[in-house]
Amino acid sequence: MSGLTIAEKIFSSHAGRTVHAGEDIVASVDLVMATDGSGPLALDLFKKMDGKAVFDPEKIVMVLDHYVPCPNDKVAALQDGMRAFAAAGNCRIFDLGEGICHQLLPENRYIQPGHLIVGGDSHSTTYGAFNAVGTGIGSSDLAAAMIAGKLWFKVPHSIRITLNGQLKRWVTAKDLALCIVGLLGADGAAYKAIEFSGCAIGDLPIDDRMTLCNMMVETGAKCAVMPGDALTRSFYGGTDRFVSADEDAIYEQSVDIDLGSIEPMVALPHHVDTVAPVSKLSDLPMHMGVLGTCTNGRVSDLELALSVMGDSPVAKGFELLVVPASRSVYLEALRKGLIEKLVAKGAVVLPPGCGPCCGSSPGIPSNGENVISTANRNFIGRMGNVAANIYLASPATVAASAVKGVLADPRGEAR
Amino acid sequence: MNFEGKAHLFGDDINTDYIISSRRKRDTLDEVALARYLMEDLDPSFAASVSPGDILVAGKNFGCGSAMEIATLVIRGAGIPVVIAKSFARTFFRNGINCGILLVTCDTGLIKSGDLVAVGSNDDFTSVTVNGKRIYSGAALPASMRSIIESGGLVSYMRNSQGFSN
Repeated sequence: MSGLTIAEKIFSSHAGRTVHAGEDIVASVDLVMATDGSGPLALDLFKKMDGKAVFDPEKIVMVLDHYVPCPNDKVAALQDGMRAFAAAGNCRIFDLGEGICHQLLPENRYIQPGHLIVGGDSHSTTYGAFNAVGTGIGSSDLAAAMIAGKLWFKVPHSIRITLNGQLKRWVTAKDLALCIVGLLGADGAAYKAIEFSGCAIGDLPIDDRMTLCNMMVETGAKCAVMPGDALTRSFYGGTDRFVSADEDAIYEQSVDIDLGSIEPMVALPHHVDTVAPVSKLSDLPMHMGVLGTCTNGRVSDLELALSVMGDSPVAKGFELLVVPASRSVYLEALRKGLIEKLVAKGAVVLPPGCGPCCGSSPGIPSNGENVISTANRNFIGRMGNVAANIYLASPATVAASAVKGVLADPRGEAR
Repeated sequence: MNFEGKAHLFGDDINTDYIISSRRKRDTLDEVALARYLMEDLDPSFAASVSPGDILVAGKNFGCGSAMEIATLVIRGAGIPVVIAKSFARTFFRNGINCGILLVTCDTGLIKSGDLVAVGSNDDFTSVTVNGKRIYSGAALPASMRSIIESGGLVSYMRNSQGFSN
């Protein structure tokens, strides 16, 4: 029998037997995460399933992050329902303003190498940055997983992406992610696991690994998983039980990428996989920028943006929204003076949360506006207005564009 | 299971935000109430053109984007029992099975808007017939998924079993 991929090994350890790609299995889960986007419906279904109690209160986490601050009385009632459920079941709940689920779970060490995490949010692939399998599920699945601690799965085939070389200055993991999405297409990895390998990973900070794994769901992937290394170890304070692939593991497809060949990229409206180099699209007028979200809302992203902006303010008439990914990020950015600098330049700072990314909270563009955003999706209406156009890019490109008021290459703008 | 209904056609990469916009979820999670907004960002008149029993037909990667189950529920809320597509996004596929919608993956290039489409699914195979002509006959769904659909979805499956058998 052939060797196993990282995903096959993690599903095997949770199925209690060796399983291979293509098998239909039942597997135990280490963590079930629900947001105020997916949780309220899950609690309704939990009742309809005659659920009496959660299988393990320590393995259920609720995060109120989609509607921050709460926009109306109906959502307020739904969020109250989640607070009541968490209190009754003794589950951990992160309340409004604490941050976005995909930032909070790693920050609070809920994600451990080798774990299988199911989240009621598609960007749960982010947890793969920590040598874990994280995958998005719906509300019926959430309810069933909260009751049983198990779910049905199809063990995914894997695509191996080998990263070599080094990113050039002002080119980021987001540009690499957009390149990969363009390369594979919006369904190129549907039902599959993306397994990263290669010597360039050691040079990628944890923040970059999170950005990469976050974006891989835009290829249709079930999960994206990084190997564990010294950096993962330092993040977890000594954990040494990483899952690695066997040498003779079988991959459905292998892709090699030289990081040195990547340049600043942008995804054009209204498809994440319609990507082009920024250098080929100069001077498109831009009206709004979003710097933040679960994809690029960390301190390193804000620092990068500021270093691109230099002494320049936000261009006249350009609205720059800044969304720190969590309260901890927000506080650290305050302590480092980053928020002060951004506000002085003319930015509007929004509370940590999903914010304008999916139009669930304020920050809605007007008709005909072009938005340059570090978020992960650019579908029609994604930010709450079907007549706006969303371009996705790195924090460096958003910063360069914010200063110019047009789509700008950070390599030209940075000083 | 046998279904017959009028086909409504969509293209590739129809995402869950198009199926039901996030801004509508702020008001209610009732699938029947939300059904009037089905696909509104693509075609505001679409929902009114759907009759219960009609069938959605799409290209590749149907249901991509967010994992939100409300997208499958709103389709169910509109009375649509079957979606046929060239391929489905994985979270949509999970959610569809979990809420009892029959999902059929086949080449939909031969189906035109307004065609009368019949879909059959049993333990042995799945079939699609368009205006009396069989265009697809393929493998049945795996047993684990079929048992959830046969229960009427994951809610009744869990109500009966309170868990999964390995």
